[in-house]
Amino acid sequence: MHITVNEEKCCGAGQCVLLAPDVFDQRDEDGIVVLLTPRVPAGQEAAVHEAVAVCPAAAIEVRA
Amino acid sequence: MTTSSGVVVVGASAAGLAAAEGLRRSGYDGPVTLVGDEPHPPYDRPPLSKQLLAGEWPPERLSLRSARDYTDLDLRLRLGVPAASLRTSAHLLHLADGSRLPYDTLVVATGVRARMPDGSAAGAGTHVLRTLEDALALREELSGHPRLVIVGGGFVGVEAAAVARALDCEVTLVTGGDAPLTDVLGETVAQVLAEVHREHGVRLVTGSRAVEVLRERGRTVGVRLATGRVVPADAVLAGVGARPNTEWLAGSGVPVGDGVDCDVCLYAGDDVWAAGDVASWPDAVSGERLRVEHRTNATEQGQAVARNILAGRASATAFRTVPYFWSDQYGLRIQVYGRTRGADAVHVVDGSTRQRRFTAVYVRDGHVVGALGIGMFRPLRALRELVAAHAPWPAAHAEAAVLDRRG
Repeated sequence: MHITVNEEKCCGAGQCVLLAPDVFDQRDEDGIVVLLTPRVPAGQEAAVHEAVAVCPAAAIEVRA
Repeated sequence: MTTSSGVVVVGASAAGLAAAEGLRRSGYDGPVTLVGDEPHPPYDRPPLSKQLLAGEWPPERLSLRSARDYTDLDLRLRLGVPAASLRTSAHLLHLADGSRLPYDTLVVATGVRARMPDGSAAGAGTHVLRTLEDALALREELSGHPRLVIVGGGFVGVEAAAVARALDCEVTLVTGGDAPLTDVLGETVAQVLAEVHREHGVRLVTGSRAVEVLRERGRTVGVRLATGRVVPADAVLAGVGARPNTEWLAGSGVPVGDGVDCDVCLYAGDDVWAAGDVASWPDAVSGERLRVEHRTNATEQGQAVARNILAGRASATAFRTVPYFWSDQYGLRIQVYGRTRGADAVHVVDGSTRQRRFTAVYVRDGHVVGALGIGMFRPLRALRELVAAHAPWPAAHAEAAVLDRRG
């Protein structure tokens, strides 16, 4: 599974970081999402899908 | 879930979409129908008072999913048609166009609508800001650089004030409090933000109640305050709160108070569940009844309802959340976890209110109930843990208090 994030859409809510801290982080200056890895780590699939669903800006996409 | 009527979600909203998507994600393959009174597929509301109003984003950008996504999700969309009434005994939803939809399970996600001040009506230069059409109408109005009077000191009002100033409109904001947002953020933080608004040229009329929107020859010309004073206006935005869309549930047996009265699992009885702004539920710990109008709450509750529908009533789990919302004003991002309203003390933890870059915790009865950050993303996330744990204060962060104001 391949993850992409849209920094333009990101609103800096940080919900993704709370759910999958090994995959997502936030920039210090404005809270915009930082993708730590485009590949979903083993065992993190559910957390990443949850992050996609809960993102208030629909800024995260996961493709098979 | 063996019969064929499936799940009908009333409200093509963030909450309704999350419920529908949650069902599919968990493997539910029965029919799922999403009914909405607006003509649009689910869209995002927070940008309405921010990027859309400012003209930075086109309306299309607010769509939460693409047309392709709805096909992939196999959702039936019934848009532009409000729900009219519900017969739970027959498991039938009646729509305003006269059609009827049978269901096995119903999800109420009909949200809220903007209130108007008593005796006032929208139109002719008087606006509310809840729907895409509301926002586009206000945006059009602001392009003529009117003298804008905002009635109400809530988030919609202050965000619109910031945008209107950026668009070079003359802005007066009328609020009953000592500053906008005082009741929700407390005096310390509200005063910091009020100062920012003043610096940007917003005239704040505090401690005042607007009683009437004045019109002459069919146009909005001003706002009369309780004191009798008249504030002249070319346009008025009423940001005085919202009320739940529950009228269509009258006589259905679905319990309605301030919203749909659910249990801790968001279940309202008779195979009806509720999610989002319209749902009221008792907090799993305190028992206090909550109803939250936040964007992230809509998604979380929609997902929770989907899980509980599939689990079945006997295995349904209580909805638990740390509420979160954010606000953008003049390039400042304000983020809040938990519940700041009703706190009895606010403590600044990091940073400085003077620099408008700080975090603060909200304490009630000796426990952390909320945390706020302006421009401090990582430190705020750490404080979220204290909110989630309902941590005792000051024991949880004894050295941190820089400021302690009762209010």
